[in-house]
Amino acid sequence: MKLVFGEGSCGIAAGARKVRAAVEKLNADNAVEIGITGCIGMCYLEPIVDVYDGGTLVKRLVKVQEKDAERIYKAVADAGRAGAPRPPTASVQQQDGAPLSELADLEISADDKEFLEKQTRIALRHCGLIDPEDIAAYEAVDGYKAIRKVLAMTPEDVIAEIKVSGLAGRGGAGFPTWFKWNAARNAKGEQKYLICNADEGDPGAFMDRAVIESDPHSLIEGMLIAAYAIGATKAFVYVRAEYPLAIVRLEKALAAAKKAGLLGENILGSHFSCDIRIKAGAGAFVCGEETALIESLEGNRGMPRLKPPFPAEKGYTQAPSNINNVETFANVAWIILNGGAAFAAMGTETSKGTKVFALTGKIKRGGLVEIPMGLTLRDVIFGIGGGIRDGGTFKAVQMGGPSGGCIPEHLLDTKIDYKALGATGAIMGSGGMVVMDSHTCMVNMARFFLDFTAKESCGKCVHCRIGTKRMHEILTRITEGKGKEGDVELLQELCNGIKAGALCGLGQTAPNPVLTTIRYFRDEYDAHIREARCPAHECAALKTYSIDPAKCKGCTMCAKKCPVGAITGAVKQPHAIDPAKCIKCGQCAATCKFGAVVIG
Amino acid sequence: MDTEMITLEINGKTVEVPKGTSILNAAKAAHIKIPTLCYHPDLKAGASCGICVVRQLVPSRNPADNGKLVPSPKLLRACCTEATPGMHILTHDPDIVQVRKTVLELILANHPNDCLQCPRSGRCELQSLAADFGIRENPFPKEVLHHEPDTSTPSIVLYPDKCIKCGRCAEVCQEMQNVWALEFIGRGEKTVMQPAAGVPLAESPCIKCGQCSAHCPVGAIYENDETAKVWSALQDPEKTCLVQIAPAVRVAVGEAFGMKPGELTTGKIYAALRMIGFDKVFDTNFSADVTIMEEGTEFIKRFTEQKDLPLLTSCCPAWTDWMEKYAPDFTENFSSAKSPQQMLSALCKSYWAEKNGVDPKNIHVTSIMPCTAKKYEISRDENMSASGYQDTDVVLTTRELARMIKAAGIDFNDLPEEKADDLLGAYTGAGTIFGVTGGVMEAALRTAYCLITGEAQPPSIDFQAVRGMDGVKVATIDIKGTKVNIAVAHQMGNVEKIINEIREDRKNGVKPRYDFIEVMACRGGCIGGGGQPCLATDEVRAQRTAGIYTDDEKCTLRMSHLNPEVTALYKDYLDGKTGAQGGEKAHHLLHTKYQKRDVYHFEA
Repeated sequence: MKLVFGEGSCGIAAGARKVRAAVEKLNADNAVEIGITGCIGMCYLEPIVDVYDGGTLVKRLVKVQEKDAERIYKAVADAGRAGAPRPPTASVQQQDGAPLSELADLEISADDKEFLEKQTRIALRHCGLIDPEDIAAYEAVDGYKAIRKVLAMTPEDVIAEIKVSGLAGRGGAGFPTWFKWNAARNAKGEQKYLICNADEGDPGAFMDRAVIESDPHSLIEGMLIAAYAIGATKAFVYVRAEYPLAIVRLEKALAAAKKAGLLGENILGSHFSCDIRIKAGAGAFVCGEETALIESLEGNRGMPRLKPPFPAEKGYTQAPSNINNVETFANVAWIILNGGAAFAAMGTETSKGTKVFALTGKIKRGGLVEIPMGLTLRDVIFGIGGGIRDGGTFKAVQMGGPSGGCIPEHLLDTKIDYKALGATGAIMGSGGMVVMDSHTCMVNMARFFLDFTAKESCGKCVHCRIGTKRMHEILTRITEGKGKEGDVELLQELCNGIKAGALCGLGQTAPNPVLTTIRYFRDEYDAHIREARCPAHECAALKTYSIDPAKCKGCTMCAKKCPVGAITGAVKQPHAIDPAKCIKCGQCAATCKFGAVVIG
Repeated sequence: MDTEMITLEINGKTVEVPKGTSILNAAKAAHIKIPTLCYHPDLKAGASCGICVVRQLVPSRNPADNGKLVPSPKLLRACCTEATPGMHILTHDPDIVQVRKTVLELILANHPNDCLQCPRSGRCELQSLAADFGIRENPFPKEVLHHEPDTSTPSIVLYPDKCIKCGRCAEVCQEMQNVWALEFIGRGEKTVMQPAAGVPLAESPCIKCGQCSAHCPVGAIYENDETAKVWSALQDPEKTCLVQIAPAVRVAVGEAFGMKPGELTTGKIYAALRMIGFDKVFDTNFSADVTIMEEGTEFIKRFTEQKDLPLLTSCCPAWTDWMEKYAPDFTENFSSAKSPQQMLSALCKSYWAEKNGVDPKNIHVTSIMPCTAKKYEISRDENMSASGYQDTDVVLTTRELARMIKAAGIDFNDLPEEKADDLLGAYTGAGTIFGVTGGVMEAALRTAYCLITGEAQPPSIDFQAVRGMDGVKVATIDIKGTKVNIAVAHQMGNVEKIINEIREDRKNGVKPRYDFIEVMACRGGCIGGGGQPCLATDEVRAQRTAGIYTDDEKCTLRMSHLNPEVTALYKDYLDGKTGAQGGEKAHHLLHTKYQKRDVYHFEA
């Protein structure tokens, strides 16, 4: 029997290593085999421990705590002693009723199983299933077969296969991958470079981190195929330094690949040579923009360059360079092995294959979701994500991070495809999907994203550096009830100026959260400006707190908790809040056991 | 080779320009002015401000329009977008003007707008644009994040509150000058131009050349104004106030009074300085001639002995600072001769003091220079106090001199010309050309030729090979069969190449390819100095250069060793010997030493 701990950053943060350490302590006699894997994508259930018998997953235990270690160990060790190993089966997700009924309370529920069952995984195909630190584990699931196949093909054929697949850049722009590869291949230059953009920075997006942490070899293989196709012999992975685990696992994977002859000179005895180096970024959001990334890679401050010339022509050190995102590369080996047509068979007319989304926010089941293009937002949010948590009602979903926009409820049946999402004013982006319920103020949400872009602006363009700051100020003013007639129009004017005048994608798309919230939630802006009212009751300055005398039992808890002494009342008598003293901290509402504090 | 020409249409006008021309310059050729702010012709277009946006007319995508040209919604930055054949460009329409106006409003919302107290008032590019666009009310609330000014160097002041983040200073510092002291630091509204890790300028690689201040479009970087010190010395009855002016000042200060760049104002400056209250007016051109005597004989000695070659000129304090930081392996190659400024000041407080019976402690020497680094040079080490006192008391830049003249109510334009005072005031044409790139070399060659051959004059007094704006000029000079290999570089960014060539020769153990190298840190030499009137372009530099060569040609004597006051100095005071000839007095007063300095100077 084998216990496999989900040790992506999410699992580790939830305590997976502590549980493993506790089990290892008990396992002095090695009665149980212990292993690790990456992130399966169900971050809301971490720490997850999978019980394998032979090669078969027999039980998936979720939300496991250190205190559970002993009984898990005992049950699994006993089961191991009782029965002989079973032969491995093809599907590792299959579960059967192993005699581990004493762990039933930890077992994943049928509902939660749906989260994975409704997905189609290509980029994430190995995540959470194999040991990311073991090259043999990757090779056992057809790893590095695609590069072997590619080395017998011409680079042109490789590009043609990617063209058939319809794969488009998964970092956000959705530019056809084959086109970029072809441009870099045809560009004149002795030395060409391949760059992987792993500078994932959208708030709420973490699919690239998951891929590197959970399946680094699929990234390496995808990059090798791309390097072969464009004729690059040097490659970089530009990964943000805030992803330490991803960097460590990638370093290990690169070392293992090198040892196995998959990197360096004459790969697998062919004439193809390629080396991959890691460059840790310092965490500037703008370095996700490809020309700023190249500047940073060269050792300069990450500030965007003017395009054209595009990187395919003049990129890293002015040499032809091709940049793709992690998720894009993670699809490549699969496409080569299964054929471009198989990938293109999924999706819509304009968007092929699958896309990974990081589902977060007020969602029941949050985590990584990979689905074929063409499903609706409703399918993902309600079908896979299980809808709004804590019985709330759906209000909007923010897609594409700070560059994206909000999509309201009446557009939930929008198909997930580059064109359809673009028509809503949002974008596919890198796949951040932040779900909001009726308690989210849309003006405040726009303010949050503008705060982010204003702080992350590289400072080069006036529009982006000062314009976003001024927009943030106007939005702040509105959320404080100090908005003026004409503020929305001023915001729109600024938005249009920034869209037209900013040099790079960060600036040009920065107005999107504001424009879409104005478009779909103008009434909320007006309520703030005209009535000094926040319909979602989220904006602290506009909240009012009062006590419902019918519900108040006079327990005095709220009065004791109130930091400014705004609550008065005798014991067992209804209390009251003095609005002049109240600082709207919300402590009373959080303390009251009777729901007597009314937030208006 | 013929340049390929392309044709495009701007505002309906057909324009023909060489391939590779930007839309901005193509418009200029059609007499259309597209407003700019971050753009400067010296620098790679930075594309940061967005003032120069223009619109392209593109074929309509609507089939009903039948390919009619319609305005594209996307705006192009004219400064850095190449004009392409057949392009149709619209430079002004109400929308474009509005976008430009919004940019200005945004900048002004982030700017102190205290023009009345700003050193750049009247010469500020932002101020002129705000006036051109008629900015009256600003819809955006004003918010300026305050940063303390950086006054750590004696040369320039960084005043971040006024900075508009155009990036010119960083581009100048990094690309033109190869110094890398200034960079964009921080993000968003917290972006500030300063040295890496936010260290003060004095602890950074800064060489004090001041090119950032000469290129700054606003008042965010300017010279450390020391006019008050000079005014107070002039009012001190104890002090005898002496003043010297550098060669490049005379062809540039007139610009502040509406004259054309390059107009020679030497006599007017002498007169103005006397009116301001200086007791004696001397000319740095005199000590430039002395420099040739010292450095020329030093070169002849080294060349004859084939020792410590190449000889590197050391007149430029920004260059010596760069060398001490970035090329300390060349300290032995530097001419030990001080700069003309330091020679003249040392002579003021020794030779002149003795001749006139004035106690040097009561002598105050002001030096008018086209340079901000000179402010740093006067206290760089103890050799700058050869007279027993700090030799130069205050350095004023050309810009500060212009302000003093204006403050003194002098009608500069109509001022009758005067002459410099005796002993340290006479100069030859060789002294005056110190103000341009190649000038020190040319002056040295004129004298060296005569000293080596014993002839009265070289076959041609003009050494054309060392003149002109090429970043690096290389030549072999034939002095009656003796071949001297020389190199001349100006603009710091051009220097590393020749330094590396010598390093390569050293590595290969061969004779260095150059015997004598002249370096000036600023583009065009001192005429393009960091203390000159701001915003010089190559056009302005060419006019100032022409002014210097006119001054040279006007001189009856054009070789330093013929300067009668120089001859008198050596005869009467320096025991007839230069430093290289074993003259101890000359060595003490007129020579210095160099040392390795850290690129980043951190106080422990």
